Amino acid sequence: MRTRLSPEDVIRIVDKFDGNQGALISVLEAIQAEYNYLPREALKIVASRTGRSLVDIYGITTFYSGFSLEPRGKHIVSVCTGTACHVRRSVEVLEGFERHLSVKAGETTHDREFSLSTVNCLGACALGPVVVVDGEYHRRVREGDVANVCEHARQLENCVELTNDERIFAVQVSCPHCNRSLMTDGRLLDGYPMVRVTASFRRKHGWLMLSSLYGDYRIESEYEIPPGTVVQLFCPSCHAELKSTRICASCDAPMISLLVKGGGTVQFCSRRGCKEHMLDLVNEDATAV
Amino acid sequence: MITLTLNGLTVEAEKGSTLLEVAQFYGFPIPTLCHMEGLSPYGACRLCLVEIGEGARSRLVSSCTYRAEEGLKVRTASSRVVRTRKMVLELLLGSCPQSKTIQDLAAAHGVRQQRFRQEYDDCILCGLCARICEQQMMANAIGFRGRGEKRSIGAPFDIKSDVCRLCGACMYVCPACELRCTYTEPEKAICGGCANLSPPCVYADKFDDMMCFMNPCVACDIK
Repeated sequence: MRTRLSPEDVIRIVDKFDGNQGALISVLEAIQAEYNYLPREALKIVASRTGRSLVDIYGITTFYSGFSLEPRGKHIVSVCTGTACHVRRSVEVLEGFERHLSVKAGETTHDREFSLSTVNCLGACALGPVVVVDGEYHRRVREGDVANVCEHARQLENCVELTNDERIFAVQVSCPHCNRSLMTDGRLLDGYPMVRVTASFRRKHGWLMLSSLYGDYRIESEYEIPPGTVVQLFCPSCHAELKSTRICASCDAPMISLLVKGGGTVQFCSRRGCKEHMLDLVNEDATAV
Repeated sequence: MITLTLNGLTVEAEKGSTLLEVAQFYGFPIPTLCHMEGLSPYGACRLCLVEIGEGARSRLVSSCTYRAEEGLKVRTASSRVVRTRKMVLELLLGSCPQSKTIQDLAAAHGVRQQRFRQEYDDCILCGLCARICEQQMMANAIGFRGRGEKRSIGAPFDIKSDVCRLCGACMYVCPACELRCTYTEPEKAICGGCANLSPPCVYADKFDDMMCFMNPCVACDIK
């Protein structure tokens, strides 16, 4: 995730879609994956680059609730206010979150930690009232559980910290689309949890585990991946493709992009055997290895 | 040319023409609100409803968007059409009771009651202003935003659009807001006709030929 907007980056993202007018939503999704929201200037660049009017683009971004025109927090809290959750007092739960985070629904806390939103139904009415935090469902939430739910989200973020080793360190990554952590609980490699994603190549579709140590190329996968194969990786939670807008500098395969907890992205080549990778942290003193 | 039945009359129509065009050509009146020649049909106001088909299979369609078909049976004033049209007008009147255009239409179609809560909105979301801005003024300064009950018309980000030329066409076509000249607040003025004059018309008794589409200027009229 980047915080500062650079027009060149936005232009690069737009040009990746070759001025295809029908690809507008994909363009916007790619920009949102990069910045976590849709900056106003980025929309203007998209408008001038694709030749569509700003009105059209603004209309689309305000139509779909998946797009956000405001910067969102690190954790996205969605409280279900659908009928079944409503009769089980989800309104009180929502008010509990509003009090605990001191924001109204649809707003983000000042420290950019939490964004609170409401959803109309999550299709899990039997579990109601349902609260989803970073893609994780919390069932039968009561007003008193609010603080625990928020604390749980914070803890997940901090469960692995960067080690002090300058050359090899573990990163904790999450999906840039749903923000849910990709770290496994049980599977450890050298004492660090592995990263679990879904991999797809040559009509094969299965799980893939990556070492969470930056610069370590060890993987485990359900199917043997022949060297040179370009693999598509997907988030196991939201099933969105974890594709970056960048192309590998060595082999022209698409790069995979994952969010690093603490701010920034880690990118690596999707071709088996290619070792192109980069780390893009928001914190400027942590430079790429 | 294709042949269709219009209110029991066998008529000929050009291929590709809409039912509204055919009916107007043969002199059957159909009320419209969101339709304007020179703009793409939109089918938002539902006032131009006509009944097509026969018996149990008949259905209501908006004539401004429905193309004439060979052998189609169309009724522009059946009891079902009249009943539905009155209901549409009553609903429109509920959202914008202050609109002169809608009041006149309602009166002309015999709407004698108002059973809905009056909202006093200034928009019926007919899209006329957005279409004239895009298709005639080539500006694309305003458009629809949001979804559902939060849907609204306006400029992106709710700030003055870079491409708006203050032509005032949006106000001219609007059947609902009927904006008055905002001569007392020149910075909010849409047409800017008064503000272009110095001193502003606040201090003047009357200006003729202001090149203001509100002819005569409502502000001058009030005085």
